Amino acid sequence: MCGVCGCGTTKEGVSAHGHEAPHAHAHDHDHAHDHAHDHAHDHAHDHAHDHAHDHAHDHAHDHAHDHDHAHDHAHDHAHAHDHDHDHDHDHGATGHASPSARVDAGQERARREARLVKVERDILEKNDRFAAVNRRRFADSGTLALNLVSSPGAGKTTLLVRTLTDLKGGRPMAVIEGDQQTSLDADRIRATGVPARQINTGKMCHLDADMISDALADVGVPEHGVLFIENVGNLVCPAGFDLGEASKVVLVSVTEGEDKPLKYPDMFHAAGLVLVTKVDLLPHLDFDVAALEANARKVNPRAEVLRVSTRSGEGLGGWYAWIEARCREACAG
Amino acid sequence: MHEMALAQSVVDLVLDQASGGAFVRVRTVRLSIGALAQVDPRSLEFGFDVAARGTVAEGAELVIERPPGSAWCTDCNKAVAVAAHGESCPGCGGYQWMLVGGDEMRVVDLEVE
Repeated sequence: MCGVCGCGTTKEGVSAHGHEAPHAHAHDHDHAHDHAHDHAHDHAHDHAHDHAHDHAHDHAHDHAHDHDHAHDHAHDHAHAHDHDHDHDHDHGATGHASPSARVDAGQERARREARLVKVERDILEKNDRFAAVNRRRFADSGTLALNLVSSPGAGKTTLLVRTLTDLKGGRPMAVIEGDQQTSLDADRIRATGVPARQINTGKMCHLDADMISDALADVGVPEHGVLFIENVGNLVCPAGFDLGEASKVVLVSVTEGEDKPLKYPDMFHAAGLVLVTKVDLLPHLDFDVAALEANARKVNPRAEVLRVSTRSGEGLGGWYAWIEARCREACAG
Repeated sequence: MHEMALAQSVVDLVLDQASGGAFVRVRTVRLSIGALAQVDPRSLEFGFDVAARGTVAEGAELVIERPPGSAWCTDCNKAVAVAAHGESCPGCGGYQWMLVGGDEMRVVDLEVE
């Protein structure tokens, strides 16, 4: 009778807890075990359990001591009491002696059993579920949602303010602003007359799909229009979090490096459009735009690249045309 | 440090499995984090230890498998191995490849008692 353990890869874990489990929660474990089996079957993980029982136990005992070490450390920090128990247990386990009751050997073994529970679930599953809800909502209202990402200072807010000002009177628009702190950006957006909602992420380095759902309740979904989501200035973390947007738009300014797409490939790989900003500064810089574009295409061969300057207005027509084309797709969908 | 958010998601998935008393303790959490996934495994381990405190997963060992990246090169018209975004196809030296595996972030299974 052994716990369900898949194979060699889990043997360390088995031994690690083998000593400790009985100590701390002897009573709990008795109960827990009964429940455990009921559940396992309900969830259709019969395979895992059936197999596991045969394999695991032999392995479990081999490495017991190594794991004791690991555990002691973990508990040193967290709970002084656990530590006391560890010692009791070492003795108890070998002698099978319990102060109050004699523990049947079979039960003792049963308590030590490990089972394998198949999970096979995506770590971002929860975020992706919210993102799917957002995406459906955008599709139902014919809304184009764009997720603007860049390092801090690439010009996301400035581009947005100019874009909202230039496109005002056309399609309805709304903005969700993400920043660690302050409502400065949303204030700048609202000054254009477009509704904006500021999300302060606090210690979080990115927006997630759930935050967008909340903000939508406030700012509303612009029907047959455009929702701009300005993400936290960060070229790493926002790349992995789907917000339900139609496309990520990554901004990279010419005062950064041509190799930025290679240094931060995840973000450039995730983007549908690369906007090279502040191109009015090019005469003053030794910046090779073609090299930047080539690097962006190495990471993302399908990405479109546009050069813009919010200050001079250069290239903004192309940006607006890109938005309009995506809007038509969103409305048609 | 989006790894903290990911670590919390891992713990949430574990707690979801444990709901109703299915198990009272987790010994091992096995993850599959592709070589091209957007996460640093060491930061994830650190975050997991913190996020698991006070739960059935406290003290559980995180075992992280790293499946390699695999892609389809549209120039070569065949499957190729890739180690990172921005790398050229090992067959033709071009960049026209699409990732088909190696960016996953999954909880594979738990060893519980």
